[in-house]
Amino acid sequence: MNHLIILPLVLPLLLGAVMTICAKQSIQWHRSLGLLGTAALVVITLALFVQAISGPIQVYVLGNWLPPFGIVLVLDRLSALMILMTSILAFVALLYATRGGDTLGVNFHALFQFQLLGIGGAFLTGDIFNLFVFFEIMLLASYALLLHGGGKKRTSAGLHYVVLNLLGSSLFLIGVGVLYSVLGSLNMADLALRIGMASEENRALLMASALILFTVFALKAALLPLYFWLPSAYGTTSAPVAALFAIMTKVGIYVILRVYTLIFGEHAGVVAGVIDPWLIPVALITLILGAIGALASRDLRTTIAYLVVVSVGTLLAVIGTFDQAAIAAAIVYLPHTTFVTAGMFLIADMIQQQRLTERSGLRPDLPVAQPRLLGLLFFAGAVAIAGLPPLSGFVAKAMMLIAVQSHLAAPWIWAIILVAGLFGLIAIGRAGSVIFWKILPFDEGGKDGYTKVPYADAPRFSAGYAAPALVLIIISPLLVIFAGALSEFATVTAAQIMNPLEYIRAVLGNDANFAVATLGGAS
Amino acid sequence: MELLVSLCIGLLVACGVYLMLRARTYPVIVGLSLLGYAVNLFLFLTGRLATNLPAVIQKGQVAEYTDPLPQALVLTAIVIGFGMVAYVVTLAIKAQAETGNDHVDGKENTL
Repeated sequence: MNHLIILPLVLPLLLGAVMTICAKQSIQWHRSLGLLGTAALVVITLALFVQAISGPIQVYVLGNWLPPFGIVLVLDRLSALMILMTSILAFVALLYATRGGDTLGVNFHALFQFQLLGIGGAFLTGDIFNLFVFFEIMLLASYALLLHGGGKKRTSAGLHYVVLNLLGSSLFLIGVGVLYSVLGSLNMADLALRIGMASEENRALLMASALILFTVFALKAALLPLYFWLPSAYGTTSAPVAALFAIMTKVGIYVILRVYTLIFGEHAGVVAGVIDPWLIPVALITLILGAIGALASRDLRTTIAYLVVVSVGTLLAVIGTFDQAAIAAAIVYLPHTTFVTAGMFLIADMIQQQRLTERSGLRPDLPVAQPRLLGLLFFAGAVAIAGLPPLSGFVAKAMMLIAVQSHLAAPWIWAIILVAGLFGLIAIGRAGSVIFWKILPFDEGGKDGYTKVPYADAPRFSAGYAAPALVLIIISPLLVIFAGALSEFATVTAAQIMNPLEYIRAVLGNDANFAVATLGGAS
Repeated sequence: MELLVSLCIGLLVACGVYLMLRARTYPVIVGLSLLGYAVNLFLFLTGRLATNLPAVIQKGQVAEYTDPLPQALVLTAIVIGFGMVAYVVTLAIKAQAETGNDHVDGKENTL
């Protein structure tokens, strides 16, 4: 058995525990430990990624309780990509946090590690109840991180986020409970086998379970009508946390992709294609409302948060076709949107630190102290996030649009993605022009009637301070340069996702027949 | 028996949902707890209703048993739920301290 697979969970768990016990140590101690651990995590996930693309699906059996009875971790190409993205993003966000964002409250670093444990677990687990547990770990850490630093707005946004997610957790348990009572298993691969043999009389229960679970995952992914928590939560929290949260909505998307191709996929017998009528319409409406929200927002960070909603809608509208080429295109879009939005959150934070009156509000203020640095960063990020050539957003979007051509809903998807892209472009362009050009004091004495000077006491950023944001934005052109390799990877990955048998065989091995034989256990 | 238990669960859910829609943090938390209890009961029942049956089988006795797995799941769910409720209570107190009232939106209605 390959013990490397458990490391992305054990390492943050240990680090988080050590940091909690040694909470009295200096902040420098916590910072170096956190950065070292996260850097090690990048190396580990990279090694796992290399293994996943060159070999078969790997299964890690916890405590040697053989599936379907024990909990398994499954490393396939998709989960390897997700944990790699998580660790890279985490390292960069943590690097930015060590510039001072981690001193606003206590235990930031421990919480950050626990958050990574939850996210990594959600990506790796092959057991649906275990997925619930990792969701809870992830959420509890995110509740505390979201409120890190406190403040009126943050607390109120945090309360909504917490209550909504607790409701989501209750629904998750109901969904899992129904699934277990009908099929008698919790192992995802085993469920995928058993659901194909479910009888017609259980159809209603299974449908209910599938749709309840979809509601929960839609809440995590921020789909209509469950996205209203996101702009306020992401728009008010501290920048490194918002950057890390860029991966949180992707957890919801990943789980939707996993569960509705594996368990409730085409082979699911009486409930095959159960969310097909729901996913595309819901995603498209989310897309429209996200675009309108981005246009209507009066604050840079809220604008970016709405662009997260737009990207979620885009991804799920494309995934909703459940077509291999479309899923491949969505996988190409996934790293792009994650890193670029995270980078934009960091840039927005730097901008708001230099606008002492308006902060990130889109109203005229004195100019930022470093217009060249921030302006260029913002411009590059805006080009990437709006999906303009030559950066990766354009390539990924073009791939997605081409891939959905043959689908019935293609005209809708095309029209809405393109119009939403235009809205996003207008929103981000307007934000940039207000921040960088429409600056106080307003012109009274003609062109040279006054000099526009920034706040004298605004912080100046060194190149090192801006590095994390720069790294995240630079990933975008890199994705274009390696677009060939990436799309090749995505194509094979999509084929693996759409062929659940490979996953089931990897998990249950020769026991697949045994599992079928003992089906009578729960009827 | 099934009817009675499902009525109990339904009542718990109904009360929980009603309370969750209130405007004050305290009823919302109580509502969340009620909902949590309903879910735990429901999870427990996914192993089917039975009385006086062992969950762990002794040697030579396999005729009748209850499913032990839902009981383990419920234990997990109870522990997690307890931690979550504890967190929400602290958060509600913090929100009260920050905003000066216990309204869920952090501001009193001025209607």
